[in-house]
Amino acid sequence: MASIEMRNIVKQYGDGFPAVNDVSLDIADGEFMILVGPSGCGKSTLLRMIVGLEDITSGDMIIGGKRVNDLAPRDRNLSMVFQNYALYPHMTVYENIAFPLRLAKMPDDEVRRRVTEASDVLELKDHLERKPANLSGGQRQRVAMGRAIVRQAEAFLFDEPLSNLDAKLRGQMRTEISRLQRRLGITTVYVTHDQTEAMTLGDRVCVLRKGKIQQVASPRELYEQPVNLFVAGFIGSPPMNFLPAHVEGGRLQTPFGSITLDERRAAAIQGRDLLLVGIRPEYFEDASLVDEAKRPLGSLFRARVDVTEWLGDSQYAYIPYEAPEAIRNQLRDLSRELDAEELRTQAIVSIDATSRIREGREAEFWLDARKVHVFDPQTGENLTRDAEAGARLTQMATEDRVEQVHEAQAQGTTVGGGGASRAGAA
Amino acid sequence: MSQREKTWWIVGGILIVLYALFPIAWIVSLSFKASADIANQSFLPSSVTWENYSTILTGSASGLFLPALRNSFGICLIATFISCILSMFAAYAIARLDFPGKKLILSTALGVAIFPVISIVTPLFNLWRQIGLYDTWPGLIIPYLSLTLPISIWTMSAFFREIPWEMEQAAQVDGATTWQAFRKVIVPLAAPGVFTTAIIAFFIAWNDFAYGISLTSTEASRPVPAALGLFSGASQFEDPTGAIAAAAVVVTIPVVVLVLLFQRRIVAGLTNGAVKG
Repeated sequence: MASIEMRNIVKQYGDGFPAVNDVSLDIADGEFMILVGPSGCGKSTLLRMIVGLEDITSGDMIIGGKRVNDLAPRDRNLSMVFQNYALYPHMTVYENIAFPLRLAKMPDDEVRRRVTEASDVLELKDHLERKPANLSGGQRQRVAMGRAIVRQAEAFLFDEPLSNLDAKLRGQMRTEISRLQRRLGITTVYVTHDQTEAMTLGDRVCVLRKGKIQQVASPRELYEQPVNLFVAGFIGSPPMNFLPAHVEGGRLQTPFGSITLDERRAAAIQGRDLLLVGIRPEYFEDASLVDEAKRPLGSLFRARVDVTEWLGDSQYAYIPYEAPEAIRNQLRDLSRELDAEELRTQAIVSIDATSRIREGREAEFWLDARKVHVFDPQTGENLTRDAEAGARLTQMATEDRVEQVHEAQAQGTTVGGGGASRAGAA
Repeated sequence: MSQREKTWWIVGGILIVLYALFPIAWIVSLSFKASADIANQSFLPSSVTWENYSTILTGSASGLFLPALRNSFGICLIATFISCILSMFAAYAIARLDFPGKKLILSTALGVAIFPVISIVTPLFNLWRQIGLYDTWPGLIIPYLSLTLPISIWTMSAFFREIPWEMEQAAQVDGATTWQAFRKVIVPLAAPGVFTTAIIAFFIAWNDFAYGISLTSTEASRPVPAALGLFSGASQFEDPTGAIAAAAVVVTIPVVVLVLLFQRRIVAGLTNGAVKG
């Protein structure tokens, strides 16, 4: 087990295009780090540079205190799970898992002990003599993980390991990976474009955009204190709404009425004119269902609802609004960058599932002003970010992690560490 | 597919098979005809005889045929083996590595393949005599390599390209050297490709006539196709048709056996299950 440090890592391809541009990132020993971003942001390239499958143009890659830039993949002692699993089709499941040990010239009985342990953890015991072609997608995925955990690697690297599974299985495997990582307490780097995975698995999440780090923080900090428009728009589903706003005497005039900010945030936006207000869908509510006590904390507005989506446990309403041309282009660019295509400017609003608001009618909404963020439309910078509050959230997450690792390790033993291990009750 | 369509497909299939197999059936039938029976105006022999087979295996033609059979086997197997090994490495490099001149190698290989054999036989004949390769096994193996290598490289690199690159990367991350990854992961996966290539290369070498007749003069290295051309009848007024037909049948047998033997190995799709299914 080891920490991974990256110092000003750059990856330039032959045509001079920097796929990864000046990335510096510290991953602590035992930490679960997520690399996330839209397609083409360089997250997979970065992972492949850690494992050594991609050359590093400049910068230092330090694993466990040792500079590994010039080491071949086999000398870095990392294990990796590939997106398409990359199982060896001509070998049985047993031999697939045993492959790294065989290469290390381990004696047969030791190989058997380790493979048995790993297959117990992953519940592959009944499939050891089968070939990968005869396994289901989830089983193949587990074999790939078995191959990764069977030897004592310095770190695990995952390259979108769940993207080929169907939604239900993906949920199961996600918790399985999380449990496994906690129990083994091994440094993990996980690449994904799925933000559910990013939010649920990671101790910290690194958001990349065009090869550059935008923000590295705990999921909570990313959600509540994003540094810029990009992070705010990328994290959260449905995404944050961005409304054009004018400053008028310390109040923000938006298409959905005026918003009063607290003193700290009002001070931050002083002297500005055109701004973007970021409001998460859940900051809205059907005005008729809001508690009397909460009402004064926000503002009320009336708007026509275009479409509603009732999902049983929640309900979304779509409210179209007008925006100046400049803002509209900016929002369109942003959504395109986030792999989405926003056709019209509309706000997505989460309302209570019991709300009787109907499509095509005008309704009254309540907007919680306490957590809105204000962004500079030109630079995308978050003007109202509370860095201290954010740091506190990440600090809390770090403490939680340490505690969880201790607890998990007290309950189960690690693979290869000897003793019978109880399979993570799935 | 409707019943009617199906019937047409079956009828068409049978016609094609008959058309393709008719010459072979004819040769088999000829090989069982006695020399007086050759012109009997009917497809089947009036009485089946093993006379032709005994002629080539134990009789007057055996001195010509049996050493030729030995030469053909030896030369073709060695040429196939060398060609497979060389093309395996070449194809792997072409499929995996990006190096300057990759296109040049592939197009040169193609150029060599379409170069007419007959145009280089004469210079080769002179050269081989000068350097002492004339009428020797290596004297045939080397030209056969030039025939088989281009097609082998092309087929094999197509097979290598099919293998997901992640296989090899996974092996490297698991602790394998490039050589180990090649030997333990890539070669087993490419096995169907290697067998296919081997069979094609063997056929090409086995069927060659131009080199075989021009670069040999004695039974030291003369291959079967050349030997067949040198068969003579019992008298100068008699055609050795029956003997040639019998020899052709004998020569076809190893090829058929080879295909049947490796048929199952040739089935592609071995990589199923390697990646997402």
